[in-house]
Amino acid sequence: MDVLDYRAIQTRRHFFRYCGGGLDAAALAFLIGRPVRGATTVPRVANPLAPKPGHFAPKAKNVIFLFMAGAPSQIDLYDPKPALQRWHGQPLPESMTKDLELAFVKPSAKVLASPRVFRPHGESGTEFSDFIPHIASRADDICLVRSMHTEAFNHHPGQSLLMSGSVQLGRPTIGAWVSYGLGSESVNLPAFVVLSSGRGASGGSSNWSNGFLDSTYQGVVFRNTGEPILYLKNPSGVSNRTQRARLDAIRELNLERYEATGDTEIASRIQSYELAFRMQAAAPELLDFSKESKATLEMYGVGKEPTHPYATNCLLARRMVEKGVRFVMLAHASWDDHQEIDKKLGKNCQITDQPAGALLQDLKQRGLLDSTLVVWAGEFGRTPMGQLERVDEAAGRDHHAKCFSVWMAGGGVQGGQVIGTTDELGLGIAEDPIHIHDLQATILHALGLDHEHLTYRHMGRDFRLTDVGGNVVSKFFA
Amino acid sequence: MHRRKRIIPGLALIAALLLLRAGAAQEPPGRVDFAEQIAPILEKRCKACHGAALQSSGLRLDAREAALRGGYSGPVILAGNSAASRLIRLVAGIDKDLVMPPSGERLSSSEIELLRSWIDQGAEWPADSKGAEGDERKTDHWAFQRVVQPTRPPVQAEAWVRNPIDRFVLARLEEEGIEPSKPARLETLVRRVSLDLTGLPPSPADLEAFLAAPSSEAYERLVDRLLESPHYGERWALHWLDLARYADSDGYEKDSERPYAWRWRQWVIDALNRDMPFARFTREQVAGDLLPRATVDQRVATGFHRNGLKNREGGVKIEQFRFEETVDRANTIGTVWLGLTVGCAQCHDHKYDPISQEDYYRLFAFMNDIDEVEIAAPMPGEMGPYLKALPNYLIRRRELLEKNRVYELQPAWEAQMVLAADNPGKWTDWDHALDAVQKYLDNGEGIVRKPRSERTDREQTKLEDHFIKNYHRVIEKDFWKELDWVSLREELIRLRADTPDVTYGRAIANADPGRRTHIHIRGAWNHSGIPVEPGTPAVLPPLRLDGKHPRLALAEWLVSDENPLTARVAVNRIWQEYFGRGIVPTPDDFGRRSPGPSHPALLDWLASEFMDSGWSLKTLHKTIVMSAAYRQSSARRPDLEQRDPGNTLLARQRRIRLPAEIIRDAALDASGLLNPAVGGRSVRPPQPQGVTGLAYAGSVSWNSSRGKDRYRRGLYTFLQRTVLYPQLVNFDMPDRTAAVCTRERSNTPLQALNLLNDSVFVEAARALALRILAASGGDTAGRLREAFRLCLSREPDASELRHLQEYLAAQMAIFDSEPESAAQFMPLSVEGVDRVEAAAWTGVASVLLNLDEFITRE
Repeated sequence: MDVLDYRAIQTRRHFFRYCGGGLDAAALAFLIGRPVRGATTVPRVANPLAPKPGHFAPKAKNVIFLFMAGAPSQIDLYDPKPALQRWHGQPLPESMTKDLELAFVKPSAKVLASPRVFRPHGESGTEFSDFIPHIASRADDICLVRSMHTEAFNHHPGQSLLMSGSVQLGRPTIGAWVSYGLGSESVNLPAFVVLSSGRGASGGSSNWSNGFLDSTYQGVVFRNTGEPILYLKNPSGVSNRTQRARLDAIRELNLERYEATGDTEIASRIQSYELAFRMQAAAPELLDFSKESKATLEMYGVGKEPTHPYATNCLLARRMVEKGVRFVMLAHASWDDHQEIDKKLGKNCQITDQPAGALLQDLKQRGLLDSTLVVWAGEFGRTPMGQLERVDEAAGRDHHAKCFSVWMAGGGVQGGQVIGTTDELGLGIAEDPIHIHDLQATILHALGLDHEHLTYRHMGRDFRLTDVGGNVVSKFFA
Repeated sequence: MHRRKRIIPGLALIAALLLLRAGAAQEPPGRVDFAEQIAPILEKRCKACHGAALQSSGLRLDAREAALRGGYSGPVILAGNSAASRLIRLVAGIDKDLVMPPSGERLSSSEIELLRSWIDQGAEWPADSKGAEGDERKTDHWAFQRVVQPTRPPVQAEAWVRNPIDRFVLARLEEEGIEPSKPARLETLVRRVSLDLTGLPPSPADLEAFLAAPSSEAYERLVDRLLESPHYGERWALHWLDLARYADSDGYEKDSERPYAWRWRQWVIDALNRDMPFARFTREQVAGDLLPRATVDQRVATGFHRNGLKNREGGVKIEQFRFEETVDRANTIGTVWLGLTVGCAQCHDHKYDPISQEDYYRLFAFMNDIDEVEIAAPMPGEMGPYLKALPNYLIRRRELLEKNRVYELQPAWEAQMVLAADNPGKWTDWDHALDAVQKYLDNGEGIVRKPRSERTDREQTKLEDHFIKNYHRVIEKDFWKELDWVSLREELIRLRADTPDVTYGRAIANADPGRRTHIHIRGAWNHSGIPVEPGTPAVLPPLRLDGKHPRLALAEWLVSDENPLTARVAVNRIWQEYFGRGIVPTPDDFGRRSPGPSHPALLDWLASEFMDSGWSLKTLHKTIVMSAAYRQSSARRPDLEQRDPGNTLLARQRRIRLPAEIIRDAALDASGLLNPAVGGRSVRPPQPQGVTGLAYAGSVSWNSSRGKDRYRRGLYTFLQRTVLYPQLVNFDMPDRTAAVCTRERSNTPLQALNLLNDSVFVEAARALALRILAASGGDTAGRLREAFRLCLSREPDASELRHLQEYLAAQMAIFDSEPESAAQFMPLSVEGVDRVEAAAWTGVASVLLNLDEFITRE
């Protein structure tokens, strides 16, 4: 900030002081450095979340990341392997399994063919399992990847790699990087919002951490019942009038101090308080579904078990995107089915499939899918071999890092296609290996960000989401 | 920062191989001449990366001895055996993931054939061929030069100078023709120095006494008093905890609690309060276990190495994670003492600094023999009751275990466990059971393998407890039911809870025999290269072992006079806390990528004084806060906004937002709620419901502490890594996954919501309101002045007073019309004050606790 800006703020103190019941839109615009009608020399207070242009023209403006924590089984959902039937109940020859890194089972474990039925869907004819009919119904919007791979075969390191590009904890996560790179289109909601359902992911809050970026970029957890954001509700006895009066007094005194010290941090602080006040009004509004049609609510499965919690989150995600929230992450845990996989996987699909399918349909109906990238992914996949911990239980599957499936839709992604193939037993990739870093590079690319240039200097090094790897997979956009 | 190597297409590989064969078949070459035929190939195609200037992967191909010795993976030329020589495998593209040279054209088939023949013919390399000089690395980089006490520069304005710091600062300002700022107001200075030295605002008494008779001597007495306060140790422990990546839980999925992590923190607070010399502070933390006749405290100090994360997730490979832990330990030493990003050399030679991958694994080797142990580390007063209760406890425990067949069943379980460890993959259920022993019991496999007679009582007890809890993994369900050890466990837990115990410490011990260390190719835990011995980076002064254990020798080397880094790095970090920016602006990187010091002579003067003072931290702190540079006003200088926007030249002080923990402390202090007890275990202040629900599978519970424990300083907040206390996260406490030298200072709406609405701060506002109403008579202006003094350590000016009066009136009007709100906002009643008024004063208190100035040290 230069001297002129400093003076300009000094002379504009009346702006704050006499704008009655709080800041109006113009004053807010003034604060966050946007042009105000008729004003030519608007001083800017550095807002770290002001919208920023990317490196090139984006295809997508927002991301909804459906994070399936715990690693869902690609073999039972997305990647049919009829050849496994021949091996069912037998161990595979050692020559096939010697390179596998497995967490719990030994390479000699017996093969578990999928009991699921796969059918082609849509004009594209992509095959999906009968566990996910609603997602399958969007086949022509979905670009399915069957050739994902990762290095990490344990949950927390795997989730860390998926979210932050490194198995080492402490790096910023993808939502934080995107907020850092593009800022926020919303003036009264956070740039990066997290919605959680199920029983809590292995990575906990490290999945939406700002890492070494400042806390401006952390994922803000939004709860779908009660107080949506921590500390959002006024303390008991504080009506909106009292809250406004408190804020006005804080602002006046902060301005006094600003005048005395000239420290622009105080101007930012004033702005943060105003945004907080707006957030107090805007966040609960998101939870008010009364203006949603009955058909919409039914399509998502709101108000119906077992879909209700996840349906609420999916609908909230759409509403947030409408309000300009940059990055919404929906974490659902856990898909870690080491035992009784058919039963447990079925249950998670019953919870999540209908809402996820509805989200795609709803975004499309409203013309939002073009500008919203939807990602469905877990941290790794599961083995074609079964896992038995006790003889008296049905089998599950172990962790499998060498190949798994994810999908993306919207945001410029060409639907109705499948990228990559795995070998006939689902042990490894046959064609088009796509690493986690490639997926991350591609997501950033869709948003107009060059993954090699979105960097932050920390501990003497320029860090980036894709660490030292990553290639944009142009096939997604073909 | 290795780019993943491209896989060369299969067809090209086959073609290349075919060509080779064809070439070989057609014309078997005669005797190859090294100088004529081989040296030119190496010169042209290899030397850029494997020459005198750069030895990628530790390999040098322009000098005989080095070339025949090989690189980090071992020898690359096996005389007489070209087929097994790595050089050939790489240039011929036989290993599919790596081909050399990595860019440009491949070697031609005739070149490859020449190399093959040369090797098969014995790889003769005439000794008189050029340059086999050592690879001793020299550098003129400033940070690697020994610290020399600089001469103090002359200045014009002698009167401004209070101590040598000022000379260095002023000389530079005079050079630029800039005047320093005027001194800060006295109230500001007192609040600043109190927050800086103790993390608490000044007590009203201290402030009043100082303002009544301000003088240079009075300021010095205040500084001395603050340095003697036990809160000094708390404030500066905070700084050290960031570096030591301290937390109260393991991190990762399981994120198990570490009930005794605080014992190490206690050691830090005590050491700082006693002004333990930084040299000794270093020795005890790095190698306290190896000191002659190591005391319990010295062993507790080694808990420094135990602060890293621990992954107990089911599928984790023990050796892989031990490797990662050792990497973390080596990197932490590099950051904290050397200010170097040594971690960059885990996978390859450092890109910017003269640190080779070999240097890295030599440093790694110091940490590679660490075993984790738990030791009894009683706090004062614990031993008596413990010893008194012990005999009876042991008898009761023995009876219970005897009755429940534990002694009968455990030996066979142990024996089978050892068998399983020796025969992995043979018995699936035992593999799982062994995994549990390794994961949940520190050094678990080691304990199982020890004969009963060699285990400590603690080890035996822990093993028994583990056995009782985990036996079900290897037996039939029916037998498990019959044993009913679930009830046994409950009984044991009750017995334990009823018996006084001592505190334990998380320490380290030396593995015996020491493990060999290898270079890990591309940093992979399971890809070993050549063996290396412990040693310090070649560019730094050599390590003298003198028969000592290497880790102890390292500790002494870190704080030796010749080491150019430790003192500079330490004083720079401390300087940063006082001025908001280090003299070197990158405290975590003193390498070539750093912009370097803004005041090189000042940095060296501070570093040499620090060493000369016997590494006294308190002396260093005092020197800084006594300087005129420190005492300047922090107001912005419009005249310098263009010339020195970052205040690099130090023509003023800086307003610095308080660290997260100290924001909490300041609010509790102003309200009078603060429990000033120093040290002890971690506590759980109230936090909103549902925060811990985001941890893995409901594994974390948060039962808020009761009574005075609710009001302890932020430093003592229990740090559950996967779901950190929200107020600390909102105000940028590092997540403690790795050493952090500089905290971010963000400014966000969540912070506003936190201070406005968090019940902790609302409770503080209520208590502050009571304090204001109790402290003075009925005069509103007097009360407002008192409130201002309590929160900001100063008097309000007329305009500030007016704003507060207006707010108070407006708030009373609101509460008059919302009487129920008043009662909710201020449920405590105050004698002689009506409810609406008390509630409005609570509003005033809350406004003050939310001011930017309140959470800032100016």
